Amino acid sequence: MPLPYYVSPEQMMKDKAEYARKGISRGKAIVAIEYRDGVLLVAENPSTLLHKVSEIYDRIAFAGVGKYNEFENLRVAGVRHADVKGYSYSRGDVSAKSLANAYSQALGNIFTQDIKPFEVEVLVVEVGDNNETKNEIYHILYDGTIEDEKNYAAMGGQSDEIRRYLKDNYQENLDFSAAVTLGVRALMVTQNKTLTERDLEVAVLDRGKERRKFRRIPPEVLHQLLTDGK
Amino acid sequence: MLPDRSSFGWQQGFFDYSTSSFSELLRQGAPHLLPGHRDAPAEESAVPAVPHGTTVLALRYRDGVIMAGDRQASEGYQVAHRRIEKIFKADDLSGVGIAGAAGPAMEMARLFQTELEHYEKVEGENLSLDGKANRLGSMIRMNLPMAMQGLIVVPIFAGFDERAGLGRLFKYDVTGGRYEEADYFAQGSGGKDARDSLKKRFKRDLPKDEALRVAIEALIDASDEDLGTGGPDLIRNILPSVKTITRSGFAEVPEDEIRRHCEAVLNDRGRL
Repeated sequence: MPLPYYVSPEQMMKDKAEYARKGISRGKAIVAIEYRDGVLLVAENPSTLLHKVSEIYDRIAFAGVGKYNEFENLRVAGVRHADVKGYSYSRGDVSAKSLANAYSQALGNIFTQDIKPFEVEVLVVEVGDNNETKNEIYHILYDGTIEDEKNYAAMGGQSDEIRRYLKDNYQENLDFSAAVTLGVRALMVTQNKTLTERDLEVAVLDRGKERRKFRRIPPEVLHQLLTDGK
Repeated sequence: MLPDRSSFGWQQGFFDYSTSSFSELLRQGAPHLLPGHRDAPAEESAVPAVPHGTTVLALRYRDGVIMAGDRQASEGYQVAHRRIEKIFKADDLSGVGIAGAAGPAMEMARLFQTELEHYEKVEGENLSLDGKANRLGSMIRMNLPMAMQGLIVVPIFAGFDERAGLGRLFKYDVTGGRYEEADYFAQGSGGKDARDSLKKRFKRDLPKDEALRVAIEALIDASDEDLGTGGPDLIRNILPSVKTITRSGFAEVPEDEIRRHCEAVLNDRGRL
């Protein structure tokens, strides 16, 4: 079937990017912060059942912003990728880097080939172990652009402002409660209300845990941390 | 029966997305990694002798279930391995004890662990204990072609049922048939001797310490009567492996506690 109109490739890409960016900026934000015992993920998410932050594998976590059905699909694909790899080689061979590259390829293909790009951004986070291996944070955009971030990362609606706040206030070797306070304050930069445990989803990759490092922070604990941190 | 792969459109998408079974995923993407999927030799050629796991048992006690196994793998009349581990953690609330051909059995245990974890991650909650027991049954069924060649795998599965609030245990046959046992069961070449011992010593709702003693005594009885089962070797420090599964999770019983029980049993029988 011949195309009815000619649209230049530049224009098409621009339109798609704008469309995706608009969708993402409407969503709520997520921050990732490295702290003394691992990596903390804080998401603004009023739902307790539909998660934005989840476990992929022993040392790897996933966070997504934008359209839920799209990043949920990516999350399940990630769990499958990791489990097949870990089963056919060994658990230690599953790395965030290869997963992040796979996401980057998938999102890049969708962006160029499909009519509608995915309106998502994802973070793939891997926690290092005690003998000085570094944490890894990969940030993958709707068009497959991939970048690795250090110390902290932010994505979702108004993430530039959040990133600026984190840049000014981040310190190395924060303890857990300081990291939670920093994360929640960063998310509040763009809002004129106080976020409570009911608006937040918090999880960590805790280096001190056995094998599966991912752990959700229950609302009661979070409540305690937020009231103490004031 | 799952829908045909060739169905169209959104239904395919629905099916692809909603599969939370790891073994189903392997069947579609990497069937060579599944147990029982190797090409079996066409003729009735004998499988060469391979290591076999011998005795594993499980019994219920007051807080949940105890699983125990000896540490020997046998290859015919030979000792293949003295320190093999036969009780595997399946997830936080369940475990598998393997008996039969050790290679395929350990592979099955690993696949089962991945299967449970995969389900938990994709669905965001744990499979029910019955669901876990059924999954293991279907994996044993997958292994049937290998079992016909002599590589039989018959595990015991035990776990803590959170919904019912009690420990439960299951035995299997080679065709994947699943049978729940009320009190105790033992499997493997020394299984019959261990069951005889358990039959006489088992009582309902035993406290942990007494239940441990019953389990260890049954393993010692099995090692007395069965060539393939290894007894506690206090000189080499090879002790049976014993695990507990309770509401608070899967735990190993510390070695000194096992050693104490072994010594007590042997002492009572005038063998120490």
